[in-house]
Amino acid sequence: MKIGVLALQGAASEHLDILTACGVTARPVKEQPDLTGLDGLVIPGGESTTMRKLLVREQLLSPIKALVQQGFPIFGTCAGLVLLAQPESLDGLNGTVVRNGFGRQRESFETALTVKGWSKPYHGIFIRAPYLSEVNQPAEALVTLTDGQIVAAQQGNVLVTSFHPELTLDKRFHQYFIDQMVAKRSDQVS
Amino acid sequence: MKETGTTTVKRGMAQMQKGGVIMDVANVEQAKIAENAGAVAVMALERVPSDIRAAGGVARMSDPAMIKAIMAAVTIPVMAKVRIGHIAEARILEAIGVDYIDESEVLTPADDNYHINKNDYKVPFVCGCRDLGEALRRIGEGASMMRTKGEPGTGNIIEAVRHMEKVNEQIGHVKVADPDQLMTISRDLKAPYELVKQVHDLGKLPVVNFAAGGVSTPADAALMMNLGADGIFVGSGIFKSENPAKFAKAIVTATAHPTDYALIAKVSEHLGKPMKGIDISTLTEDQKMADRGI
Repeated sequence: MKIGVLALQGAASEHLDILTACGVTARPVKEQPDLTGLDGLVIPGGESTTMRKLLVREQLLSPIKALVQQGFPIFGTCAGLVLLAQPESLDGLNGTVVRNGFGRQRESFETALTVKGWSKPYHGIFIRAPYLSEVNQPAEALVTLTDGQIVAAQQGNVLVTSFHPELTLDKRFHQYFIDQMVAKRSDQVS
Repeated sequence: MKETGTTTVKRGMAQMQKGGVIMDVANVEQAKIAENAGAVAVMALERVPSDIRAAGGVARMSDPAMIKAIMAAVTIPVMAKVRIGHIAEARILEAIGVDYIDESEVLTPADDNYHINKNDYKVPFVCGCRDLGEALRRIGEGASMMRTKGEPGTGNIIEAVRHMEKVNEQIGHVKVADPDQLMTISRDLKAPYELVKQVHDLGKLPVVNFAAGGVSTPADAALMMNLGADGIFVGSGIFKSENPAKFAKAIVTATAHPTDYALIAKVSEHLGKPMKGIDISTLTEDQKMADRGI
């Protein structure tokens, strides 16, 4: 199983490390040919404005958008959530994104999260993070904060988090992506 | 319970900047040019380092109104500089909510004995270094991000190269050292033992390390990325060039693709004149900013 990590800017190496720790082959994606032969793609945290400009410049935005439409498994964290939720970017999740929703860096925080269907809490690291003010069918919220902000969601094979699982040693979100999206789709395709 | 200002969120913010370019900007218009070019952050300051050199006198924190106007004009993070050791300037920048504070040798130092205790702040700090000992002292004081100092405002890459090579050579030495040698290394580097031990175990700094001080072309940016920088600060190099918007965009591309030389060649074509630059050997000792706050 091969999973790519978009490596134009941002915390790509952290995702590559945690994916490798999950036992899959992980490799950076910087240009179009790097997308060939992948079973899944991660879009890391970084500056969403910068990443979007580089995606356009490298002619990667349309190919990745096409993959999303085909049901290709994609996991986006922070900036990745922004790009996947914006209709003008990757249009992978039916919801409304609020960029830098919690404020500036001074307001960045850590907190324990309750994830739908998981027994143990997950430690969320939020850095100038976005949130989803609403998600609509077929998207589904996985984590909602007490004041209503949706910070993790799923729509088919698209998984998004406002927070940074790649900055923790907790592999559960990556493992969920691998088991529930990448492995299942590989089975269907083969 | 939400916990703010933790080491993880402060260092994590710098991790999100990796592979990117942070640009010095002196007004809203320049900030927008930087954002449009793909900068991951802007450093708001009234005068870029080459102008600070030219103007002489005391260089201080910028006008909060100018910083706030830039914060309102762009969605990318905004950083700003304080004088080394100036806790009041730092608290003022924290109060207006800048995303990162640069305790910078580019400004005239306020304290020649002590740096700011950066652990006390909710806003993260970046500091300059010329070698590993200096980097670990700053991290010990709470810096969440490092940048090699280079020689700001010169448009000359040689000092940035020296500092990056020095840091990485010393990290390599610590990494392969016998654990029994670490206390002596700590003594020689004048660096906290726990951080020397951490570098030994990780094989790298515990925080992100960008290159700064002298980057003025896309090739300079690619050079520093190939020497192991996590990203690039460009001070005078963009807005002292003939065509700032083109230079900015080309430096972003070169930083994102530092080994794609055909691409870097393409974006380097017809850029016009880079900033003029200064030969380091013509600087007197008191004109060298890198020797401030070590």
